[in-house]
Amino acid sequence: MNIIDLLSSPLQYEFMLRGMIAAVMVGIVCAVIGTFVVLRGMAFFGDALAHTILPGIALGYLISGNAREVLFWWALGTAIFASLGIGAISKQAQLKEDTAIGIIFAGMFALGIALISTVRSYAVDLSHFLFGDVLGVSTQSLWLILIFGGIVLLTVIAFYKEFTTISFDPILALTLRLPVNLLNNLLLILIAVTVAVSLQTVGVALMVAMLVTPAATASMLTHRLPVMMILAAGIASFSSVVGLYLSYYFSIASGSAIVLTATFLFILGFLWKRAKSI
Amino acid sequence: MYPQVIHQTDKPILNVQNLSVRYNGRVALEDINFHLHVGERVAVVGPNGAGKSTLFKVVAGVLQPNQGVVTISGSNPLVHQCIAYIPQRSQVDWTFPVNVADVVMMGRNAKLGLFKLPSKKDWDYVNHVLETVQLIDLSKRQINQLSGGQQQRMFIARALAQEAELMLMDEPLTGLDTPAQESLLELLDTLKGQNVTVMVATHDLEQASRHFDRIMLLNHKIIAFDKPSSVMKTENLLQAYGARLRSVHGEENLLALDDECCGDESEHEHH
Repeated sequence: MNIIDLLSSPLQYEFMLRGMIAAVMVGIVCAVIGTFVVLRGMAFFGDALAHTILPGIALGYLISGNAREVLFWWALGTAIFASLGIGAISKQAQLKEDTAIGIIFAGMFALGIALISTVRSYAVDLSHFLFGDVLGVSTQSLWLILIFGGIVLLTVIAFYKEFTTISFDPILALTLRLPVNLLNNLLLILIAVTVAVSLQTVGVALMVAMLVTPAATASMLTHRLPVMMILAAGIASFSSVVGLYLSYYFSIASGSAIVLTATFLFILGFLWKRAKSI
Repeated sequence: MYPQVIHQTDKPILNVQNLSVRYNGRVALEDINFHLHVGERVAVVGPNGAGKSTLFKVVAGVLQPNQGVVTISGSNPLVHQCIAYIPQRSQVDWTFPVNVADVVMMGRNAKLGLFKLPSKKDWDYVNHVLETVQLIDLSKRQINQLSGGQQQRMFIARALAQEAELMLMDEPLTGLDTPAQESLLELLDTLKGQNVTVMVATHDLEQASRHFDRIMLLNHKIIAFDKPSSVMKTENLLQAYGARLRSVHGEENLLALDDECCGDESEHEHH
Protein backbone atom coordinates (compact mmCIF):
# COMPACT_ATOMS: atom_id res chain seq x y z
CA MET A 1 0.00 0.00 0.00
CA ASN A 2 1.53 3.31 -1.00
CA ILE A 3 1.35 6.56 0.89
CA ILE A 4 -1.49 7.97 -1.22
CA ASP A 5 -3.66 4.96 -0.52
CA LEU A 6 -2.69 5.12 3.12
CA LEU A 7 -3.92 8.70 3.34
CA SER A 8 -6.93 8.46 1.07
CA SER A 9 -8.43 5.11 2.03
CA PRO A 10 -9.93 6.31 5.35
CA LEU A 11 -11.50 9.27 3.56
CA GLN A 12 -13.72 7.03 1.43
CA TYR A 13 -15.92 6.77 4.51
CA GLU A 14 -18.15 9.76 4.92
CA PHE A 15 -18.05 9.59 8.73
CA MET A 16 -14.27 9.77 8.50
CA LEU A 17 -14.40 12.80 6.22
CA ARG A 18 -16.91 14.57 8.48
CA GLY A 19 -14.77 13.74 11.51
CA MET A 20 -11.71 15.11 9.75
CA ILE A 21 -13.38 18.42 8.87
CA ALA A 22 -14.85 18.74 12.37
CA ALA A 23 -11.50 18.00 14.04
CA VAL A 24 -9.63 20.51 11.89
CA MET A 25 -12.20 23.26 12.54
CA VAL A 26 -12.19 22.55 16.28
CA GLY A 27 -8.39 22.55 16.27
CA ILE A 28 -8.27 25.98 14.63
CA VAL A 29 -10.91 27.53 16.91
CA CYS A 30 -9.34 26.07 20.07
CA ALA A 31 -5.88 27.24 19.03
CA VAL A 32 -6.95 30.81 18.28
CA ILE A 33 -8.97 31.27 21.48
CA GLY A 34 -6.32 29.21 23.29
CA THR A 35 -3.71 31.82 22.42
CA PHE A 36 -5.51 34.23 24.77
CA VAL A 37 -6.04 31.43 27.31
CA VAL A 38 -2.27 30.83 27.39
CA LEU A 39 -1.27 34.50 27.44
CA ARG A 40 -3.72 35.31 30.24
CA GLY A 41 -2.86 32.21 32.29
CA MET A 42 -6.40 30.81 32.11
CA ALA A 43 -5.57 27.13 31.50
CA PHE A 44 -7.13 26.04 34.79
CA PHE A 45 -10.23 28.10 34.02
CA GLY A 46 -10.56 26.37 30.63
CA ASP A 47 -10.16 22.91 32.17
CA ALA A 48 -12.68 23.71 34.91
CA LEU A 49 -15.16 25.15 32.43
CA ALA A 50 -15.05 22.03 30.26
CA HIS A 51 -15.73 19.78 33.27
CA THR A 52 -18.39 22.07 34.70
CA ILE A 53 -20.69 21.65 31.71
CA LEU A 54 -21.11 17.90 32.26
CA PRO A 55 -24.30 18.19 34.38
CA GLY A 56 -25.84 20.35 31.65
CA ILE A 57 -25.07 17.71 29.05
CA ALA A 58 -26.32 15.02 31.43
CA LEU A 59 -29.61 16.83 31.87
CA GLY A 60 -30.01 17.11 28.11
CA TYR A 61 -29.14 13.41 27.83
CA LEU A 62 -31.81 12.46 30.37
CA ILE A 63 -34.47 14.67 28.83
CA SER A 64 -33.90 14.30 25.14
CA GLY A 65 -31.82 11.18 24.76
CA ASN A 66 -28.58 10.80 22.90
CA ALA A 67 -29.17 13.10 19.91
CA ARG A 68 -25.87 14.95 19.53
CA GLU A 69 -27.36 18.00 17.79
CA VAL A 70 -29.65 18.57 20.77
CA LEU A 71 -26.86 17.98 23.26
CA PHE A 72 -24.85 20.72 21.55
CA TRP A 73 -27.40 23.33 22.65
CA TRP A 74 -27.39 21.99 26.20
CA ALA A 75 -23.60 22.15 26.22
CA LEU A 76 -23.60 25.67 24.79
CA GLY A 77 -26.12 26.99 27.31
CA THR A 78 -24.35 25.41 30.27
CA ALA A 79 -20.93 26.55 29.09
CA ILE A 80 -21.97 30.21 28.74
CA PHE A 81 -23.75 30.14 32.10
CA ALA A 82 -20.77 28.43 33.78
CA SER A 83 -18.13 30.71 32.22
CA LEU A 84 -19.83 33.88 33.41
CA GLY A 85 -20.51 32.23 36.78
CA ILE A 86 -16.89 31.17 37.28
CA GLY A 87 -15.78 34.59 36.06
CA ALA A 88 -17.94 36.26 38.72
CA ILE A 89 -16.76 33.89 41.46
CA SER A 90 -13.12 34.63 40.59
CA LYS A 91 -13.72 38.24 41.58
CA GLN A 92 -14.96 37.37 45.07
CA ALA A 93 -12.26 37.57 47.69
CA GLN A 94 -13.69 34.95 50.07
CA LEU A 95 -11.48 32.11 48.87
CA LYS A 96 -8.46 32.00 46.62
CA GLU A 97 -9.58 31.95 43.01
CA ASP A 98 -8.18 28.53 42.11
CA THR A 99 -9.61 26.96 45.27
CA ALA A 100 -13.07 28.32 44.51
CA ILE A 101 -12.90 27.14 40.90
CA GLY A 102 -11.58 23.73 42.00
CA ILE A 103 -14.48 23.15 44.40
CA ILE A 104 -17.12 24.13 41.87
CA PHE A 105 -15.70 22.25 38.95
CA ALA A 106 -15.21 18.96 40.81
CA GLY A 107 -18.67 19.23 42.36
CA MET A 108 -20.35 19.94 39.03
CA PHE A 109 -18.39 17.16 37.33
CA ALA A 110 -19.49 14.70 40.03
CA LEU A 111 -23.09 15.85 39.62
CA GLY A 112 -22.85 15.24 35.88
CA ILE A 113 -21.53 11.71 36.37
CA ALA A 114 -24.20 11.00 39.00
CA LEU A 115 -26.95 12.12 36.62
CA ILE A 116 -25.63 10.13 33.68
CA SER A 117 -25.12 7.00 35.82
CA THR A 118 -28.85 6.83 36.55
CA VAL A 119 -29.31 5.60 33.00
CA ARG A 120 -28.57 1.92 32.50
CA SER A 121 -25.85 1.22 29.95
CA TYR A 122 -24.50 4.72 30.42
CA ALA A 123 -20.85 3.73 30.16
CA VAL A 124 -20.46 4.15 26.39
CA ASP A 125 -22.22 7.50 26.26
CA LEU A 126 -20.31 8.80 29.27
CA SER A 127 -17.02 7.91 27.67
CA HIS A 128 -18.10 9.81 24.55
CA PHE A 129 -18.80 12.90 26.64
CA LEU A 130 -15.49 12.55 28.45
CA PHE A 131 -13.21 11.69 25.57
CA GLY A 132 -15.10 12.66 22.44
CA ASP A 133 -16.63 10.71 19.58
CA VAL A 134 -15.31 12.43 16.51
CA LEU A 135 -16.28 9.60 14.17
CA GLY A 136 -19.90 9.97 15.25
CA VAL A 137 -20.22 13.56 14.00
CA SER A 138 -23.42 13.85 11.96
CA THR A 139 -23.86 16.24 9.06
CA GLN A 140 -26.04 18.42 11.23
CA SER A 141 -23.46 18.45 14.04
CA LEU A 142 -20.78 19.33 11.55
CA TRP A 143 -22.77 22.38 10.45
CA LEU A 144 -23.17 23.48 14.07
CA ILE A 145 -19.42 23.12 14.58
CA LEU A 146 -18.63 25.10 11.42
CA ILE A 147 -21.14 27.89 12.13
CA PHE A 148 -20.33 28.42 15.81
CA GLY A 149 -16.60 27.91 15.25
CA GLY A 150 -16.82 30.51 12.49
CA ILE A 151 -18.60 32.95 14.83
CA VAL A 152 -15.80 32.57 17.38
CA LEU A 153 -13.10 33.18 14.76
CA LEU A 154 -14.88 36.23 13.30
CA THR A 155 -15.41 37.74 16.77
CA VAL A 156 -11.73 37.30 17.63
CA ILE A 157 -10.75 39.00 14.37
CA ALA A 158 -13.22 41.85 14.95
CA PHE A 159 -12.02 42.56 18.50
CA TYR A 160 -8.42 41.51 17.95
CA LYS A 161 -6.77 44.75 19.05
CA GLU A 162 -9.10 45.23 22.02
CA PHE A 163 -8.54 41.63 23.24
CA THR A 164 -4.80 42.07 22.84
CA THR A 165 -4.83 45.32 24.81
CA ILE A 166 -6.92 44.01 27.74
CA SER A 167 -4.66 40.96 27.89
CA PHE A 168 -1.36 42.83 27.81
CA ASP A 169 -2.20 45.90 29.89
CA PRO A 170 -5.68 46.15 31.43
CA ILE A 171 -4.85 49.56 32.93
CA LEU A 172 -4.02 50.96 29.49
CA ALA A 173 -7.34 49.55 28.27
CA LEU A 174 -9.08 51.37 31.13
CA THR A 175 -7.35 54.69 30.40
CA LEU A 176 -8.34 54.33 26.74
CA ARG A 177 -11.85 53.96 28.24
CA LEU A 178 -12.43 50.57 26.68
CA PRO A 179 -15.32 48.64 28.28
CA VAL A 180 -12.89 46.21 29.91
CA ASN A 181 -15.51 44.24 31.86
CA LEU A 182 -17.64 43.76 28.78
CA LEU A 183 -14.65 42.62 26.74
CA ASN A 184 -13.54 40.22 29.49
CA ASN A 185 -17.01 38.70 29.57
CA LEU A 186 -17.09 38.47 25.78
CA LEU A 187 -13.83 36.55 25.89
CA LEU A 188 -15.27 34.21 28.55
CA ILE A 189 -18.32 33.61 26.34
CA LEU A 190 -16.06 32.85 23.34
CA ILE A 191 -14.17 30.30 25.43
CA ALA A 192 -17.53 28.80 26.42
CA VAL A 193 -18.69 28.54 22.79
CA THR A 194 -15.34 26.94 21.92
CA VAL A 195 -15.86 24.34 24.65
CA ALA A 196 -19.33 23.51 23.34
CA VAL A 197 -18.06 23.27 19.78
CA SER A 198 -15.20 20.97 20.82
CA LEU A 199 -17.27 18.65 22.97
CA GLN A 200 -17.85 16.01 20.33
CA THR A 201 -14.34 15.82 18.96
CA VAL A 202 -12.20 15.83 22.11
CA GLY A 203 -14.64 15.54 25.03
CA VAL A 204 -14.58 17.42 28.32
CA ALA A 205 -11.61 15.63 29.88
CA LEU A 206 -9.13 16.45 27.13
CA MET A 207 -10.47 19.85 26.10
CA VAL A 208 -7.85 21.84 27.99
CA ALA A 209 -5.14 20.20 25.89
CA MET A 210 -6.64 21.59 22.69
CA LEU A 211 -6.95 25.04 24.27
CA VAL A 212 -3.44 25.17 25.66
CA THR A 213 -0.99 22.80 23.97
CA PRO A 214 -0.90 24.12 20.36
CA ALA A 215 -0.83 27.75 21.57
CA ALA A 216 1.96 26.97 24.02
CA THR A 217 3.96 25.24 21.26
CA ALA A 218 3.48 28.26 18.99
CA SER A 219 4.53 30.64 21.77
CA MET A 220 7.96 28.99 21.80
CA LEU A 221 8.42 29.52 18.07
CA THR A 222 7.54 33.21 17.63
CA HIS A 223 7.41 36.59 19.36
CA ARG A 224 4.51 38.00 17.35
CA LEU A 225 0.93 37.48 18.40
CA PRO A 226 -0.66 37.13 14.93
CA VAL A 227 2.06 34.67 13.91
CA MET A 228 1.51 32.78 17.15
CA MET A 229 -2.21 32.43 16.40
CA ILE A 230 -1.66 31.22 12.85
CA LEU A 231 1.08 28.79 13.92
CA ALA A 232 -1.08 27.47 16.74
CA ALA A 233 -3.98 26.95 14.31
CA GLY A 234 -1.63 25.13 11.92
CA ILE A 235 -0.21 22.93 14.66
CA ALA A 236 -3.69 22.12 15.96
CA SER A 237 -5.14 21.19 12.57
CA PHE A 238 -2.07 19.10 11.75
CA SER A 239 -2.49 17.32 15.10
CA SER A 240 -6.16 16.69 14.35
CA VAL A 241 -5.45 15.15 10.95
CA VAL A 242 -2.51 13.04 12.13
CA GLY A 243 -4.42 12.03 15.24
CA LEU A 244 -7.39 10.81 13.20
CA TYR A 245 -5.17 8.71 10.93
CA LEU A 246 -3.47 7.19 13.97
CA SER A 247 -6.89 6.51 15.42
CA TYR A 248 -8.01 4.83 12.21
CA TYR A 249 -5.00 2.63 11.70
CA PHE A 250 -4.16 1.73 15.30
CA SER A 251 -7.68 1.78 16.75
CA ILE A 252 -6.79 4.43 19.35
CA ALA A 253 -9.57 6.59 20.77
CA SER A 254 -9.63 9.61 18.45
CA GLY A 255 -9.58 12.37 21.10
CA SER A 256 -6.53 10.94 22.81
CA ALA A 257 -4.76 10.35 19.49
CA ILE A 258 -5.23 14.05 18.58
CA VAL A 259 -4.07 15.26 21.99
CA LEU A 260 -1.07 12.92 22.01
CA THR A 261 0.00 14.24 18.59
CA ALA A 262 -0.29 17.83 19.84
CA THR A 263 1.69 16.91 22.96
CA PHE A 264 4.39 15.27 20.84
CA LEU A 265 4.68 18.45 18.76
CA PHE A 266 4.96 20.48 21.96
CA ILE A 267 7.85 18.30 23.13
CA LEU A 268 9.55 18.73 19.74
CA GLY A 269 9.14 22.50 19.98
CA PHE A 270 10.43 22.49 23.54
CA LEU A 271 13.53 20.49 22.60
CA TRP A 272 14.13 22.74 19.57
CA LYS A 273 13.93 25.81 21.77
CA ARG A 274 16.30 24.28 24.31
CA ALA A 275 18.76 23.30 21.60
CA LYS A 276 18.62 26.81 20.14
CA SER A 277 19.33 28.51 23.46
CA ILE A 278 22.40 26.38 24.25
CA MET B 1 -17.07 52.65 22.72
CA TYR B 2 -14.35 55.29 22.70
CA PRO B 3 -15.65 58.63 24.12
CA GLN B 4 -14.46 62.04 22.96
CA VAL B 5 -14.37 65.17 25.07
CA ILE B 6 -13.44 68.79 24.68
CA HIS B 7 -11.02 70.27 27.19
CA GLN B 8 -11.88 73.44 29.06
CA THR B 9 -8.58 75.23 28.77
CA ASP B 10 -9.33 77.71 31.53
CA LYS B 11 -9.49 74.84 34.07
CA PRO B 12 -6.41 73.18 35.60
CA ILE B 13 -5.38 70.02 33.75
CA LEU B 14 -5.75 68.17 37.05
CA ASN B 15 -7.74 69.21 40.10
CA VAL B 16 -8.04 66.97 43.17
CA GLN B 17 -10.35 67.89 46.04
CA ASN B 18 -10.92 66.18 49.42
CA LEU B 19 -9.74 62.87 48.00
CA SER B 20 -9.74 59.84 50.30
CA VAL B 21 -9.17 56.18 49.40
CA ARG B 22 -9.44 53.22 51.75
CA TYR B 23 -8.63 49.55 51.13
CA ASN B 24 -10.48 47.21 53.46
CA GLY B 25 -10.70 49.86 56.13
CA ARG B 26 -7.09 50.97 55.84
CA VAL B 27 -6.39 54.49 54.76
CA ALA B 28 -4.36 54.69 51.55
CA LEU B 29 -4.97 58.37 50.85
CA GLU B 30 -6.56 60.95 53.10
CA ASP B 31 -7.84 64.42 52.37
CA ILE B 32 -5.71 65.08 49.29
CA ASN B 33 -6.11 68.54 47.73
CA PHE B 34 -3.99 69.94 44.89
CA HIS B 35 -4.10 71.07 41.29
CA LEU B 36 -1.68 71.04 38.36
CA HIS B 37 -1.39 73.46 35.47
CA VAL B 38 -0.74 72.47 31.87
CA GLY B 39 2.89 71.57 31.23
CA GLU B 40 3.89 71.27 34.88
CA ARG B 41 6.33 68.59 35.93
CA VAL B 42 5.84 67.18 39.38
CA ALA B 43 7.69 64.50 41.32
CA VAL B 44 5.67 62.53 43.87
CA VAL B 45 8.01 61.39 46.60
CA GLY B 46 7.26 59.21 49.59
CA PRO B 47 8.09 55.89 51.25
CA ASN B 48 6.84 52.53 49.99
CA GLY B 49 3.11 52.16 50.55
CA ALA B 50 2.64 55.93 50.83
CA GLY B 51 -0.18 55.78 48.28
CA LYS B 52 1.67 57.00 45.19
CA SER B 53 0.34 54.27 42.89
CA THR B 54 -3.12 54.66 44.39
CA LEU B 55 -3.09 58.40 43.72
CA PHE B 56 -2.07 57.82 40.10
CA LYS B 57 -4.75 55.18 39.57
CA VAL B 58 -7.46 57.44 40.98
CA VAL B 59 -6.26 60.34 38.82
CA ALA B 60 -6.30 58.04 35.77
CA GLY B 61 -9.89 57.06 36.56
CA VAL B 62 -8.89 53.42 36.95
CA LEU B 63 -9.76 53.32 40.66
CA GLN B 64 -12.78 55.00 42.23
CA PRO B 65 -12.14 57.04 45.40
CA ASN B 66 -14.21 56.58 48.55
CA GLN B 67 -14.50 60.31 48.83
CA GLY B 68 -13.61 63.46 46.93
CA VAL B 69 -13.55 64.66 43.37
CA VAL B 70 -10.94 64.44 40.61
CA THR B 71 -11.37 66.56 37.50
CA ILE B 72 -9.28 66.63 34.33
CA SER B 73 -9.60 69.99 32.53
CA GLY B 74 -12.90 70.48 34.30
CA SER B 75 -14.48 67.04 33.76
CA ASN B 76 -14.48 63.51 35.16
CA PRO B 77 -11.36 61.44 34.31
CA LEU B 78 -13.60 58.68 32.90
CA VAL B 79 -14.44 60.74 29.80
CA HIS B 80 -10.76 61.41 29.00
CA GLN B 81 -8.42 59.30 26.89
CA CYS B 82 -5.60 61.75 27.34
CA ILE B 83 -4.31 60.30 30.63
CA ALA B 84 -1.44 57.87 30.26
CA TYR B 85 -0.54 55.61 33.18
CA ILE B 86 2.94 54.16 32.77
CA PRO B 87 3.17 51.05 34.96
CA GLN B 88 6.06 49.93 37.12
CA ARG B 89 8.22 47.64 35.04
CA SER B 90 7.71 44.78 37.50
CA GLN B 91 3.96 44.88 36.75
CA VAL B 92 4.40 44.15 33.03
CA ASP B 93 4.38 40.72 31.34
CA TRP B 94 7.57 41.15 29.31
CA THR B 95 7.21 37.72 27.65
CA PHE B 96 3.98 38.82 25.90
CA PRO B 97 4.45 38.18 22.15
CA VAL B 98 4.57 41.80 20.96
CA ASN B 99 7.35 44.01 19.66
CA VAL B 100 8.07 47.65 20.49
CA ALA B 101 5.98 49.05 17.62
CA ASP B 102 3.02 46.80 18.58
CA VAL B 103 3.01 48.13 22.14
CA VAL B 104 3.24 51.75 20.99
CA MET B 105 0.41 51.14 18.50
CA MET B 106 -1.81 49.97 21.40
CA GLY B 107 -1.75 53.58 22.55
CA ARG B 108 -3.56 54.53 19.33
CA ASN B 109 -6.45 52.10 19.85
CA ALA B 110 -8.77 54.87 21.01
CA LYS B 111 -7.92 57.07 18.03
CA LEU B 112 -8.42 54.13 15.67
CA GLY B 113 -11.83 53.12 16.99
CA LEU B 114 -13.56 49.76 16.77
CA PHE B 115 -13.03 47.30 13.90
CA LYS B 116 -10.33 49.51 12.31
CA LEU B 117 -6.83 48.41 11.55
CA PRO B 118 -3.96 50.92 11.75
CA SER B 119 -3.50 52.89 8.54
CA LYS B 120 -0.20 54.09 7.12
CA LYS B 121 -0.83 57.39 8.89
CA ASP B 122 -1.01 55.59 12.24
CA TRP B 123 2.22 53.69 11.56
CA ASP B 124 3.84 56.98 10.57
CA TYR B 125 2.71 58.45 13.87
CA VAL B 126 4.12 55.48 15.76
CA ASN B 127 7.44 55.80 13.93
CA HIS B 128 7.48 59.51 14.68
CA VAL B 129 7.07 59.01 18.45
CA LEU B 130 9.61 56.18 18.36
CA GLU B 131 12.04 58.65 16.85
CA THR B 132 11.24 61.13 19.62
CA VAL B 133 12.23 58.57 22.27
CA GLN B 134 15.13 57.29 20.14
CA LEU B 135 13.85 53.75 19.80
CA ILE B 136 13.17 53.72 16.06
CA ASP B 137 16.02 51.26 15.42
CA LEU B 138 14.53 48.84 17.93
CA SER B 139 10.92 49.05 16.74
CA LYS B 140 10.84 45.39 15.68
CA ARG B 141 12.43 44.09 18.88
CA GLN B 142 10.51 41.77 21.16
CA ILE B 143 9.90 43.79 24.36
CA ASN B 144 11.79 41.28 26.49
CA GLN B 145 15.02 42.17 24.69
CA LEU B 146 15.00 45.82 25.77
CA SER B 147 17.02 47.27 28.61
CA GLY B 148 15.17 48.83 31.53
CA GLY B 149 15.66 52.34 30.21
CA GLN B 150 14.49 51.35 26.73
CA GLN B 151 11.39 49.72 28.25
CA GLN B 152 10.53 53.00 30.00
CA ARG B 153 11.07 54.99 26.82
CA MET B 154 8.81 52.58 24.93
CA PHE B 155 6.01 53.35 27.39
CA ILE B 156 6.62 57.09 26.99
CA ALA B 157 6.30 56.55 23.24
CA ARG B 158 3.04 54.70 23.86
CA ALA B 159 1.79 57.63 25.94
CA LEU B 160 2.72 59.99 23.10
CA ALA B 161 0.93 57.72 20.62
CA GLN B 162 -2.09 57.94 22.92
CA GLU B 163 -1.69 61.75 22.55
CA ALA B 164 -1.58 61.94 26.33
CA GLU B 165 -1.76 65.34 27.97
CA LEU B 166 -1.26 64.02 31.48
CA MET B 167 1.45 61.40 31.94
CA LEU B 168 1.56 59.46 35.20
CA MET B 169 4.79 57.49 35.59
CA ASP B 170 5.01 54.98 38.41
CA GLU B 171 8.61 54.58 39.64
CA PRO B 172 10.18 54.92 36.18
CA LEU B 173 13.68 55.39 37.58
CA THR B 174 13.68 52.36 39.86
CA GLY B 175 16.11 49.67 38.76
CA LEU B 176 17.80 51.83 36.11
CA ASP B 177 21.50 52.61 36.20
CA THR B 178 22.54 56.26 36.44
CA PRO B 179 23.13 56.90 32.71
CA ALA B 180 19.71 55.38 31.88
CA GLN B 181 18.09 57.52 34.59
CA GLU B 182 19.74 60.65 33.26
CA SER B 183 18.72 59.94 29.66
CA LEU B 184 15.14 59.32 30.78
CA LEU B 185 15.07 62.61 32.69
CA GLU B 186 16.53 64.38 29.65
CA LEU B 187 13.76 62.87 27.52
CA LEU B 188 11.18 64.23 29.97
CA ASP B 189 12.84 67.62 29.62
CA THR B 190 12.41 67.55 25.85
CA LEU B 191 8.71 66.76 26.27
CA LYS B 192 8.30 70.01 28.14
CA GLY B 193 7.75 71.88 24.90
CA GLN B 194 4.78 69.67 23.96
CA ASN B 195 2.56 70.85 26.83
CA VAL B 196 2.48 67.39 28.36
CA THR B 197 1.92 67.53 32.11
CA VAL B 198 4.03 64.94 33.89
CA MET B 199 3.71 63.33 37.34
CA VAL B 200 6.53 60.99 38.31
CA ALA B 201 6.57 58.79 41.39
CA THR B 202 10.11 58.35 42.62
CA HIS B 203 12.23 57.39 45.62
CA ASP B 204 15.13 59.59 44.63
CA LEU B 205 14.79 62.87 46.51
CA GLU B 206 17.97 64.32 45.12
CA GLN B 207 17.01 63.69 41.47
CA ALA B 208 13.50 64.90 42.16
CA SER B 209 14.79 68.22 43.43
CA ARG B 210 17.07 68.68 40.43
CA HIS B 211 14.66 67.82 37.62
CA PHE B 212 11.15 68.81 38.65
CA ASP B 213 9.25 72.07 39.00
CA ARG B 214 7.47 70.98 42.13
CA ILE B 215 7.73 68.10 44.57
CA MET B 216 4.80 66.47 46.33
CA LEU B 217 5.88 64.80 49.55
CA LEU B 218 3.28 62.11 50.19
CA ASN B 219 2.62 59.70 52.99
CA HIS B 220 -1.12 58.98 52.87
CA LYS B 221 -1.53 62.74 53.24
CA ILE B 222 0.24 65.51 51.37
CA ILE B 223 3.00 66.65 53.71
CA ALA B 224 4.36 69.33 51.43
CA PHE B 225 3.79 70.36 47.83
CA ASP B 226 5.99 73.16 46.61
CA LYS B 227 9.14 74.01 44.74
CA PRO B 228 12.03 71.68 45.67
CA SER B 229 13.91 74.11 47.93
CA SER B 230 10.85 74.62 50.11
CA VAL B 231 9.94 70.94 50.32
CA MET B 232 13.36 69.53 51.11
CA LYS B 233 13.37 70.52 54.74
CA THR B 234 14.24 68.28 57.63
CA GLU B 235 10.87 68.62 59.35
CA ASN B 236 9.00 67.67 56.16
CA LEU B 237 11.23 64.70 55.47
CA LEU B 238 10.95 63.53 59.06
CA GLN B 239 7.20 63.69 58.79
CA ALA B 240 7.20 61.67 55.57
CA TYR B 241 9.78 59.08 56.44
CA GLY B 242 9.72 59.04 60.26
CA ALA B 243 12.14 56.62 61.83
CA ARG B 244 13.61 55.67 58.49
CA LEU B 245 15.25 59.08 58.32
CA ARG B 246 18.40 59.58 60.34
CA SER B 247 20.61 62.58 60.59
CA VAL B 248 24.24 61.80 60.03
CA HIS B 249 26.76 64.15 61.57
CA GLY B 250 29.58 64.52 59.09
CA GLU B 251 31.38 67.50 57.71
CA GLU B 252 28.05 68.95 56.80
CA ASN B 253 24.73 68.21 58.38
CA LEU B 254 23.51 65.31 56.22
CA LEU B 255 20.29 63.39 56.23
CA ALA B 256 20.44 59.72 55.31
CA LEU B 257 17.43 57.79 54.23
CA ASP B 258 17.10 54.13 55.07
CA ASP B 259 14.50 53.34 52.47
CA GLU B 260 14.40 49.68 51.59
CA CYS B 261 13.31 50.33 48.08
CA CYS B 262 12.27 47.37 46.06
CA GLY B 263 10.37 49.17 43.36
CA ASP B 264 7.18 47.31 44.16
CA GLU B 265 4.69 49.58 45.70
CA SER B 266 1.92 47.05 45.66
CA GLU B 267 -0.24 48.37 48.44
CA HIS B 268 -3.36 47.15 46.67
CA GLU B 269 -2.63 43.51 46.86
CA HIS B 270 -1.43 43.36 50.41
CA HIS B 271 -4.01 45.19 52.45
